[in-house]
This record gives sequence, structure tokens and C-alpha cells, in this order.
Amino acid sequence: MSESPALLSATGVSKSFPGVLALDDVHLDLRHGEVLALVGENGAGKSTFMNLFSGVLQPDAGTMELEGVPMSPAGPRQANELGISVIHQEFHLMPDLTVAQNIFIGREPRRAALIRDDVLERRAAVLFDRLGIPLDPRQPVSHLSVAGQQMVEIAKALSFDARVLIMDEPTAALTETEVATLFRIVRDFVSPRTGVIYVSHRMDEVKEISDRITVLRDGRYVDTLPTAQTATREVIAAMVGRQLETDVRPEPVAPDAAERDVVLSVRGLSTRKLLKDVSFDLHRGEILGFAGLMGAGRTEVARAIIGADRSTGVVEVNGRPVSVRNPADAVRHGIGYLSEDRKRYGLLLDQDVVRNVMLSSLPGMTRAGFVRDTDGHRVATEMVDRLAIRTPSVTQTTKNLSGGNQQKVVLAKWLVRDCDVLIVDEPTRGIDVGAKDEIYGLLTSLAAQGKSIIVISSELPEVLRLADRIVVMCEGRVTGTLANADATQHDIMELATRFGADHLITTGDAE
Amino acid sequence: MTTTKRTAKGTNPKRPTRFGNRQQLQQLLAFAGLVVIFGFFSLASPYFLDWANVKGILLATAVTGIMALGATFVIATGGIDLSVGTGMTLCSVMTGVFLANLGLPLVVGVLGGLAVGALIGLLNGLNVSYLRLPPFIATLAMMMVAQGLSLVISGTKPIYFSDVAGFDQLAAGELIPGLPNAVLIFFVAAAIAAVVLSKTLTGRYALSIGSNEEATAISGVDVRRWKVVIYVVAGLFTGLAGVVMASRLNSAQPGLGLGYELEAIAAVVIGGTSLRGGKATILGTVIGALIMATLTNGLRIMSIPQEWQKVAVGIVIVLAVYADILRRGKDA
Repeated sequence: MSESPALLSATGVSKSFPGVLALDDVHLDLRHGEVLALVGENGAGKSTFMNLFSGVLQPDAGTMELEGVPMSPAGPRQANELGISVIHQEFHLMPDLTVAQNIFIGREPRRAALIRDDVLERRAAVLFDRLGIPLDPRQPVSHLSVAGQQMVEIAKALSFDARVLIMDEPTAALTETEVATLFRIVRDFVSPRTGVIYVSHRMDEVKEISDRITVLRDGRYVDTLPTAQTATREVIAAMVGRQLETDVRPEPVAPDAAERDVVLSVRGLSTRKLLKDVSFDLHRGEILGFAGLMGAGRTEVARAIIGADRSTGVVEVNGRPVSVRNPADAVRHGIGYLSEDRKRYGLLLDQDVVRNVMLSSLPGMTRAGFVRDTDGHRVATEMVDRLAIRTPSVTQTTKNLSGGNQQKVVLAKWLVRDCDVLIVDEPTRGIDVGAKDEIYGLLTSLAAQGKSIIVISSELPEVLRLADRIVVMCEGRVTGTLANADATQHDIMELATRFGADHLITTGDAE
Repeated sequence: MTTTKRTAKGTNPKRPTRFGNRQQLQQLLAFAGLVVIFGFFSLASPYFLDWANVKGILLATAVTGIMALGATFVIATGGIDLSVGTGMTLCSVMTGVFLANLGLPLVVGVLGGLAVGALIGLLNGLNVSYLRLPPFIATLAMMMVAQGLSLVISGTKPIYFSDVAGFDQLAAGELIPGLPNAVLIFFVAAAIAAVVLSKTLTGRYALSIGSNEEATAISGVDVRRWKVVIYVVAGLFTGLAGVVMASRLNSAQPGLGLGYELEAIAAVVIGGTSLRGGKATILGTVIGALIMATLTNGLRIMSIPQEWQKVAVGIVIVLAVYADILRRGKDA
């Protein structure tokens, strides 16, 4: 085996950005017919590495070879032509164009300068048939769910005659069924002439799909391990350079939770589109988990509570019914919401930590109408200490912070505002393994300090790790509430898939 | 894009709203608006439906309409073109230089006018693409440069085409009896623009860039080059508008032009094209331009002072765009 060249290889590759050495003498070998997982914490250099293969960036030093032939793609187009297709972590779709137009962008079949959309749609339909994806080529991408959009990305990557498929966190937006579809597609794709590089944070997926695992840490190559003979623990240890506790359950933080005051009580919450009669209680100092499949309505519950979407039902704060017509009302009642998309809804990325931390509390930090920046500075410094936000200074622009530290800044914003109820949506999305632990510890200690927290998460281990009780939703309904001690992943999945009669009709439609 | 995650399956191919239907609805709405305005004025004034008056409306639509066609392409990319008004004037003046001052043949003069328009577009495109100026700034600068050059080149005096045989017939002649050529040119230009927008790479990439520029680039489309092409296309329409304008007035008026760009943009917006880019239709722009002209004409016939006409047009713009937002909100 060792004589024949690898399908794709990189040797001694380095890449630096102003002030940062992103990749330092890194190597990688993708063999024919294998799925190679590439893992590492955020900032380990995975995305930079992928961008070198896809031609988005060029290495400063080192060589890359495809089938033993040196290659240096000057751009994404050229990488595609060489047979390398990349599915990026962020979607690169044009929402106003149709599915078919998106997939074949830049490769439109034409006759006499006129685009043949009929040919385009037929090709897309053939592609979807081959991949077993139920997509309508003529639908505009803006009408698709996040998962649907992910499927378009995948189909687009596979529409090239690719020999190497590189996938960067492809399952971030997918439900379990869709992940299964994706894995089937990956397995179908792999043949003796092809290979896959699979970048992921999720160890269970890496375990399931890959043959070998290459680990990067801080821009350096650490090791390549055979998946079958390696325990997840060892992989994580290689990633973070230390042993980490996994499968932790919360200490029974609030065994007496049920007897404590109810801080937030929701009764019969319904929306026109999705939610049906959602009721639950949140006790002081409790972490309440919300689990469910994508589209189950967890985020919608949060949006309804904070008044971002119109709803019916009763919301009581500290026993008093309140009317929350918009997020500003919610904040007045001490309810803060941390969106799953923190870059879009959580942060002013171009502004510094001080400005971000002050944002929700500005009226309290003014004198005669002028903003008192000294107050903000003091408060931000306190928060940086209290939450252990790693930033060179409080005047650092937040876009330069890592995902975990950005999340802490958003948390700080709500803590400064004195919110007693925090609704945290996907608190560790896009945050690396080490920093996840920190966020977990932070949420737990906030609860211990008397904050009441709702955690919405798609990752069951996360919910089980954090929550005292778990509300499971399916199709806009609450299908069960479990105490953590009794709950297993299996129980939650069972409740999360308890579809009602009308679901059968919808799925029937979709197929 | 929203973060709604409704369908558990992710996709639902049988969803009835298809691209075509949506855009058709958008045009239907604008068209219904036009019909309502038309109906209102024909009840309000007996002269309104006179063919002579309708012809006047169409003539008034032609020049701004042609400019709006070009502006549609730029707006589709999420950009804006403020230089179409004074750019149009510069094209008029240059056509005057070619025909009246230099005495070049008619065809050469007309093509020269178009070429000046293309050049304006080329410079806009290069500034936006390669110097990475925001379109607002790049075309604001061009608006001023074009205005200044028009005055310098003409010596601030109108250039008359009285000695250029047949030039006025370009707009005033009637190839189809009863229909002035200026209107015919507008309709033909609109038909060409519609095909270019929906069926060629230029149009597809304009919408694609407006929808998500970075994604378009990552997909291997040379975005910078195509943007230049798109601005040149817009410039060609500016040039055509300049030639038609010169022919209609049988003179090039260097002081004219400022403010036309806003009328053109208003027509595009009323037609349902999103200023954020990604969504645009030529039919919408044509209807938008007709609405603007009809409104001005009708209000004038009803003897409403010019000052109030502007107020009315402003209100219509708000209503049109708000209606579009409401409709979009429903299926978002």
C-alpha cells in the first residue's frame, strides 16, 4: 500500500495571517477509498487547512499532491476542476435563486447565450434521484429549511465529478434522520478511486463514519489514529492536550427544585404556525432543558415567550401574569434570550467588549443623557473576571474573540441587565470541546447563584449534562417532561419522535 | 433568510409556491395598482383616456423607463446607480457633439451616444469591482463628473439638432402608426432587458450576486468581472435614454438630468425589485415607470399643482413598497 501515492496529501504545509501562524508544518494523507476525519478545537487550523485544498487560500510553504501530482489550486473553480469538492461550514447559497440554479451556478448550460433552465432542472432532478434527496429543483432556496439548504450544499458538491469530497461540519443543521441520509450518501460516494475528508466536532459521528482520524491542535499536526482502535476519550485528549471528563451528569444541583418558587410559568402557549398548548414551570435556580428534533418548536417557544413572535397563552413571571409584546418587554421582566445565531442576533461584532456588555443596560449607564463609558468599562472588567472571558482587553473587538468567549460576552450582557431568567439557545454551537466545558460550568454556577435557565439544545448529551429537568417537544407540542435522573437518551428520542396524526399527513405529502 | 425550522422533513417538494408564481403575483399586484390609478383618473377627468393623453403618458414613460431598465440590473446586484440621470445628459450632449458639431453620420452619432453610456457604466463597474468603492459612492461621484462634463463640453449651452436631418424622427416618428418611436424603443428595450435578466448569464449572475455575493464567488463565478459587465449593461441603457431624450427635445440640454436617477430608482422599486438585491423583474420596472408617469399626468390633468404631485408620488412609493413588504411577510 505504501508505494502507491495517496489520493490527496499535504506535506509541511504552513499558512500565516497577520499576527497568527494558523498552520505550522502540517501534513495529511487521504488514502483511496477512505473517510478521514479531521478533528481539532476551534482555532486548531481545520478550516484554514480545508481552504488550502479548496483553493480559497494558498499555502505559504509546503506542498499538496493529488494522486502524487503536485497541485496548487488558484481558486474554488480550479479545485472543482481538479476533482476536489468542498462543503463549507457556512452555507454558500443564493436564497433568491432556485435549487437547480444554485447547484449549477457558474456552469449554466446555454444555447446562443440563453440559459437552458429546463436542462438545468432536469440535471438537478437526476442528481437528487441518484442521491435519494427529496428536493424540488424549482423551489427557491429561501423556502427551504436549514436542513434542506444543507442538502442543497451537499448535492452541489456532488454534482461535480469529484474524487475528493471535503465536508466541514456538515451535520450542524441536520436531524438524526438527515444525518443518516448524509452518511448513506457519503458511503455511496466512497469508492476505490475516491475519498472523503470529514471535519467535525461531534465525536459520535466521527466514530461512526471515519476510517482514520487526523488530529490538529493549535495549527500543528498531532497524530493520525485508526478509528476502530481508538477510544473517543483518547481522541479528545489529543485534541485538547489533556484528559476531559465526558458523560458527566449534573450533580443534583437542585434536588429541591420542585419546592422552590416558580419564576416563570407558561400555560397554553400557542402560535398560529406551530406551537400547540405548551405549558411548563421554571423554578428558581433550575436549569430546564428543552430537547427535540429540528422543527419541534423549541426556539419558537423561546421566541413566543420573549414576544418576538405573536402567540396566545399565559406567561407568569414570579406569579404575576405579564404581557410580553416584544423583546424589550421581556427584558423589563428580567427575561434574556441568547440566540442560537449569536453572530447575527447576539453581538455587535465590530464593537468592543465594553459596548456589547453595556448594550442592554444603556439607560442605566447615562448621566443627563450622556453615556458614561467609565461605568461600562468598570462593569465589563467585572464581567471579564467573573466569567473568565479570555480577551486581551475589554476594548478588544468581539469579532476577534473565539466562539466560546463571544458566548460569554453575550451572557455578560444579560447578567449586567440583571436578568433572572436566561433562555439559552444552542449555547455551545460552533464552540470547541474545551470551551464547551467552561460554558457548562458557567451555566451551572449561574444556576447555583439563583438564576433560572432554559437550555435549548439539539445535542442530547448536552441536555443531559446540564438540565435538572428536560422538556421534550415534538411538532410544537410538549410530549413529556423528564427528571434528569430518570432520563436516558433513548427516552428522550422516544418522546421527541412521538408524532401526532397530522404529522403522518405532512410526511405523506413530503414523500 | 429566517431561522424558521418548520418542516420536520426539511423539504416539502409539493409546496405550491414556486418561483414563477411568486414573481407573477408581485407583477400582478403592481399591475393592479396601475389599473386602479388608471381607473381613478379616467373617472376623475374626461380627458384622461384620450389617446393623445395616453400617448403623452407613454412618451413621458419612455426616457425614465429606459433608464430604469438599466438601473434594474444594478439594483438586482444589491447596488445602486445614481449616475443614470446626469449620465443620460452626458450621452445626449456627446450625441450632439458627434452629430451637430462634428457632423458624423446619424448611425455613428447614435452608436457613439450608446458607447458613452457604456463607458460610464464601465468606469462605474471598475470603481465598484476593482477599487471596491461602495456603489452609492462610485455612482454619486460619476453623477457629479457627468454633470460637470456635460456643462464643460457643451459650454453650458444647449446643442441643437436642427441641421441633423431625421434625428428628431428617431423619437417622434411613428414606425407603427399612432405609436411614437420613443415608446416603441422603450418597449423593445424592455423586451431585450427581460431576456437578458432572466435568460443570460449577465442577468443570472446579477441576481445571484444580489442574493449572496460571497457564495456566488465561492461557486467559481468571477464576480468582479461580471459586475463590470452588469454596470456596462446599465450604462448602455443610460446611453439609449440619452439618445432618445436628445431626439425628443431635438436638442441636448446640459442642465437637465439631475433628479431623473431618483425617478428611475423609484420606478424600479415600485415594480417590486428589492433594493437589497436578488429579486428583480423587468415587467415590474415597466409597470413601475408607467405608474410614475400616469400619476404625474393624471394629477396634472386634475389641475393639482406640481408641488403636490411630488407629494403624491412620494406617498405612492411608500404604499407600493409597504405592500410588497406585507406580501413578503406572509410567505416568509
